[in-house]
Amino acid sequence: MSIDLKMAWRNIWRNPRRTLLTVLAIAFACVLLIFMLSFQFGSYATMINSSVRIRTGHLQIQAQGYQENRKIQLVVPNPEAVGRMLDRIHGVKAYTFRANAFVLASSAERTYGVMITGIIPDREARVSTLAHTIQQGRYLSDQPAGDGMPGALIGRLLARNLKVTVGDELTVLGQGRDGSVAATVLKVRGIFASGQDAIDRSTTQMPLKAFQSVFSMAGAVHEAVIMGESLTEVPAIKVAIARKLPGIPAEPPLVVLDWTQLMPGLQQAIHMDLISGAVFYLILIMVVAFSILNTFLMSILERTHEFGIMMAMGAKPGRLTRLVLAESVSMTLVGILTGVIAGCLLTWYFMAHGLNLGASSEILRQFGIPSVFYPHLTPLTATAGPAAVFVITILAALYPALRIRSLQPVEAIGHA
Amino acid sequence: MMDFQLAWRNIWRNPRRTTVILIAVIMGVWSMIFLGALMRGVVAGMVKNGISTLTGHTQIQQTRYPDDPSVMHSIRDPQTVAAVLPKALPSGSHWTMRVRVNAVAANARHSSGVTLVGIDPDSEARVSFIGHSITSGKYLKAGEGNDILVGRALAEEFGTHLGQKLILMSQDTRGQIVSRAFRISGIFRAEMESTEKQFVFVMRRAAQQMLKMDGAVSEVSVVLPQYKHARQIAAALQARLAGEDLVVRPWQKALPLLTAYLDLYDNFILIWFVVVFIAMGFGIVNTTLMAVFERMREFGLLKALGMRPRRIVKGILIEALLLLLCGMAVGNLLGWLSCWALSFKGIDLSALAQGAEYAGMARVIFPLVLPRDIFSANGVILGLGLLVSLYPAIKAARFTPVEAMQHY
Repeated sequence: MSIDLKMAWRNIWRNPRRTLLTVLAIAFACVLLIFMLSFQFGSYATMINSSVRIRTGHLQIQAQGYQENRKIQLVVPNPEAVGRMLDRIHGVKAYTFRANAFVLASSAERTYGVMITGIIPDREARVSTLAHTIQQGRYLSDQPAGDGMPGALIGRLLARNLKVTVGDELTVLGQGRDGSVAATVLKVRGIFASGQDAIDRSTTQMPLKAFQSVFSMAGAVHEAVIMGESLTEVPAIKVAIARKLPGIPAEPPLVVLDWTQLMPGLQQAIHMDLISGAVFYLILIMVVAFSILNTFLMSILERTHEFGIMMAMGAKPGRLTRLVLAESVSMTLVGILTGVIAGCLLTWYFMAHGLNLGASSEILRQFGIPSVFYPHLTPLTATAGPAAVFVITILAALYPALRIRSLQPVEAIGHA
Repeated sequence: MMDFQLAWRNIWRNPRRTTVILIAVIMGVWSMIFLGALMRGVVAGMVKNGISTLTGHTQIQQTRYPDDPSVMHSIRDPQTVAAVLPKALPSGSHWTMRVRVNAVAANARHSSGVTLVGIDPDSEARVSFIGHSITSGKYLKAGEGNDILVGRALAEEFGTHLGQKLILMSQDTRGQIVSRAFRISGIFRAEMESTEKQFVFVMRRAAQQMLKMDGAVSEVSVVLPQYKHARQIAAALQARLAGEDLVVRPWQKALPLLTAYLDLYDNFILIWFVVVFIAMGFGIVNTTLMAVFERMREFGLLKALGMRPRRIVKGILIEALLLLLCGMAVGNLLGWLSCWALSFKGIDLSALAQGAEYAGMARVIFPLVLPRDIFSANGVILGLGLLVSLYPAIKAARFTPVEAMQHY
């Protein structure tokens, strides 16, 4: 350790109480930022995953324009070719095909307009969590039941509005791909409660094979829904698919969309939350910086006499500035180190045990989020906050350190 | 009085130090007031939007309608309600009657589920957003029973525009599917795209004829001059309508999600206040401690001259009080000024409109200063500020004259 650093270290402990309070203020800011950032990122991951798992998947292949305008004519005409292509793409965990149509669904008493989705039951179960939220009855199967009637899976709120229960019949009436009238009778096999009211109020599912024959789909589907191994692999998978897609003939051409395009609102909501979070954190760090600026300032002003003597003995103002900065930096570093350790431990504890926000569970349910939150500690969330604290604190320390340059030895020594 | 004069002079013995800590306090107070007001503004926007998107401050419906909004569960005799309302509502209230049922809208290109709302154009305009949201075409007018108002997003989805036909299908009171063609006479814009896609408006009479409702309505929606009174007035109305098979719900019950949000934000704001305080609390303690240790000799001397420790504690606390009061005065002023500056244009979130919609927020956020937040912000600072200043104050009171006088 050079002599300057040794001196700086000893100087900061000349007033242990003051140093301790300063270190604590810095540590407090670091702990708070690490925990809050990890918490934010953890809740984003939960939100994305639950939305992705219930409905959209990580990626979808659709006909161009289908996302904006869900017309039944905009199809993926050859799902087999898409399937063969997906089988060869690295990182794809599971995929399935779906087809959608808007229909009038009638029970004995009621009629509602709903979206009906044709699904491949065993493939769908690997992509979507809806199968695990069945409240009554059971999930669909590929084999038609003994009575030959295709089964239907409907949401809890829709079942209540239509006044149907498991075993009841449901008449659906809509328009086929070729413009013909599409009508069939389904038997309710299961009722699900996904937790998101919008989905539970409007979703009906039936086996894809039956859907294709009722709606004259001629083997076509509307969406290939893809789950990757993890969220982080989505961009790579997207690139790989986009490269292969032109090889599959379709009119209009096929496009691949990732979850940010499938749910643009979610992505923007996350951006908005990050921006507003950044404003709060920045203001907080500024308050901390001003609250510790006095420590830096005082440790210099009360040592004017000492600096005068050092200068008289030949220390250059530059060296004194470096010394003072070394003091501030080491004090800040001690605070940051303490903060990072405490912050990581705190976050780590909640990562393992979860943070229960029971009071607001109804709101969270609407967003499809469980009421227990798990912060997600990553290298980014552990360092971004402390780095910001470091930069702003050092900026605060510069002002007093630069004042030394204007010191005159004689006047300084005369300073009591 | 002399205590205050002394304290005031003491804190300005070192103007630079006092200024620095004042800036910390001012920034803290400012951020509490300003960001608190912004958070309130976000929620207020949500509530305002929820209320004007047909909820009103108070709703009267048939008992089973809230759970099962079907045409079967209508208010069969709206005249009873109409007779009670003028007597039960404070002056300045407005109310309107509506038909509101689920329906399917269709044209040659597209069909989707919508909510068909049958309105009385004049009274509706005083209650909900639709009266002042028409961006092209015109609002509904008595006698033009085939006119329909649709949202901009719905018109885009259906590829349709003014003057074109839209077929509505629904179930009538006898359970039959009925349909009727309407002509788009106006296009409205709403805060949320989902509102534009969900609601279509026709004349109440036209909806009643189509659905064979025979004069019945789905709901009566009321706006009050003071939204805070919604709970009491709903309870009073419910009492007057006892035995009528009707349920009266204030907006807090009709919009449970928003009510939960309001509670959540109360907690958020208080947590934010405390966090900011802790950040500046370290500075307050540290600065006061420095000021105390510098004056150790002085305190020793005062004690030697017979001053009571209690009086020293009091003196230091008054210094802290003056410091906090100065910071609070400037901070409150700045906070209020920034809110005032933003109150004209607000913060425009249009660039992130889809995100705002996902989070249920309005497109433009206006800060909302609540007296309650001002009180709790200043209360937190003053209360906790004096509390942490006790530490240096007691420290000062404990200096013994002998050791203090040796200190140089």
